[in-house]
Amino acid sequence: MANSALARGDNLKFATGNDAVVQVRDIFKNYGDVEALRGINLEFERGKLTTLLGPSGCGKTTLLKIIAGLVPATSGEIRVNGRAVTGPGPERAFVFQDFALMPWATVLRNVGFGLELKGMPAAERDRTARRYIEQVGLAGFEQKYPHELSGGMRQRVGIARAFAVNADVLLLDEPFSAVDEQNRRKFQEDLLRLVELEKKTFIFVTHSIEEAVYVSDRIVLLSPRPGRVSQIIDPMIDRSASPDDIRRDAGYLDVVEEIWQGLRQYAE
Amino acid sequence: MQMSVSPAKLDNGIGASKEAPPTVLEAIRTFADERRSFWIVVSLLVLFVAWEIAGRIPISFAFPTFLETVSAFGELVADGSMHNAYFLTLQPLVLGVVISAAVGIGLGVAMGLSDKAEWLLAPVFIVLQAAPMAALVPLVTFVYGIGLTAKTLAVIMLALPVIVLNSYKAVRHVNPSLVDMCRSFQGSRMQQIFKIIIPDASPVLFAGLRLGIAAGFIGVMLAELLITPTGIGDLITYHRSVANYAHMYAAVASIIAVSTLTLAGLQYVEAHLLRPEKRRK
Repeated sequence: MANSALARGDNLKFATGNDAVVQVRDIFKNYGDVEALRGINLEFERGKLTTLLGPSGCGKTTLLKIIAGLVPATSGEIRVNGRAVTGPGPERAFVFQDFALMPWATVLRNVGFGLELKGMPAAERDRTARRYIEQVGLAGFEQKYPHELSGGMRQRVGIARAFAVNADVLLLDEPFSAVDEQNRRKFQEDLLRLVELEKKTFIFVTHSIEEAVYVSDRIVLLSPRPGRVSQIIDPMIDRSASPDDIRRDAGYLDVVEEIWQGLRQYAE
Repeated sequence: MQMSVSPAKLDNGIGASKEAPPTVLEAIRTFADERRSFWIVVSLLVLFVAWEIAGRIPISFAFPTFLETVSAFGELVADGSMHNAYFLTLQPLVLGVVISAAVGIGLGVAMGLSDKAEWLLAPVFIVLQAAPMAALVPLVTFVYGIGLTAKTLAVIMLALPVIVLNSYKAVRHVNPSLVDMCRSFQGSRMQQIFKIIIPDASPVLFAGLRLGIAAGFIGVMLAELLITPTGIGDLITYHRSVANYAHMYAAVASIIAVSTLTLAGLQYVEAHLLRPEKRRK
């Protein structure tokens, strides 16, 4: 039972699948003398949620920002929908760890900001923004300013903003790390609902093993200094069960334990 | 922000029945609880009373009382000399401040955005800010005479460096995460500057502008006292020379009041135009 819930990607370089929306090829990243990432090769399947998991210093956020085009790689190539990219693009949207909301703008303007930058007319932009504000459960807060919202609500704004531009790939950099534990769980459930609803590809960075196992279709474990891919795990959790049942499921707990055994050598 | 008398106050037993109109004392107390302006008025009253007492002791034969100063001010307004003085003083001041603000924010933002511009300009303005400008003001007279140009230049010399350096610092302290956010949504460099960097920098930009305007007031007064006896500076010098101390103090106090009101006005404009979220507590 426990083992059947685990399917290990034993080959770290797997063949090019037809539906790989993001391909990471031989990515190296150095900051001066410090080697942050070494030889990363990964593929991210369309419509799946893949998590980059690892201890601090493993370069998971750096890798995500390289995929986003926000940080240049020292060498290697990122392909999105088969095309090599060097900077940010409309097919990717980023959700920031610190929310990155404009404090001088209302929720409505913040959510519509990606569309505003593209020059979409105000009426259409507001309509789209309102739809996503409702989808993340913030209806009624359109005219509030970020400082009037709780941390959890602010990140909902950040997520709505990323959804509003209708990108194929959503890149989430520890989106729930600044959110308290109760809201975090609610958030994870909402995220799964949005994954189901939006049929998009998600790349998710976290340092929480439980969170990774709970939300992911695939988990990429990174080891630190320099960051390398150490293991790829497909948790195969049956998500039709209720959230509480999943968290008590033996398969779920086994995957958590398996990952912990893999990572404990890096714990201080 | 509740405007009615709180229930706690009714329970105090001051108002015997709910229908009774609030006493004057109670109204003042409610007002004091809720309005900031009450405390500003109290603070000014304390200052003026202290001034009045100090003038009556008197601490110096050259120190008039508050009421004498007020009546001197009335006289200066009535005979038109106050208007004439401000007409002359405000020209170089407004001109100098507008030029300093436009050039200063422009240069400062450019320095914040580009390392090259910073390397080129920062040393000049750091030296200018450190230099005792009052010592340089007389030099301006040799070059530009005693006209409007020299006075405007004096304002710019004092106001520009502080505005440039604050604008530069403001841009350098913009939240990098917001800039990344703008880039991630493919914002152009211009969108990045005008939609993210300048709004996020605006509190520090405005702080620099306020310091710059205050420095501009110093500049114009120095110019009028050291270069050309015109405007408010002349009013001060003249009334001092004829020992009309009440009139001299009226001129001094009026320029302080104008400076304070200008800075308060700028703060109001900032909160209401650029950072709407500051209006809500």
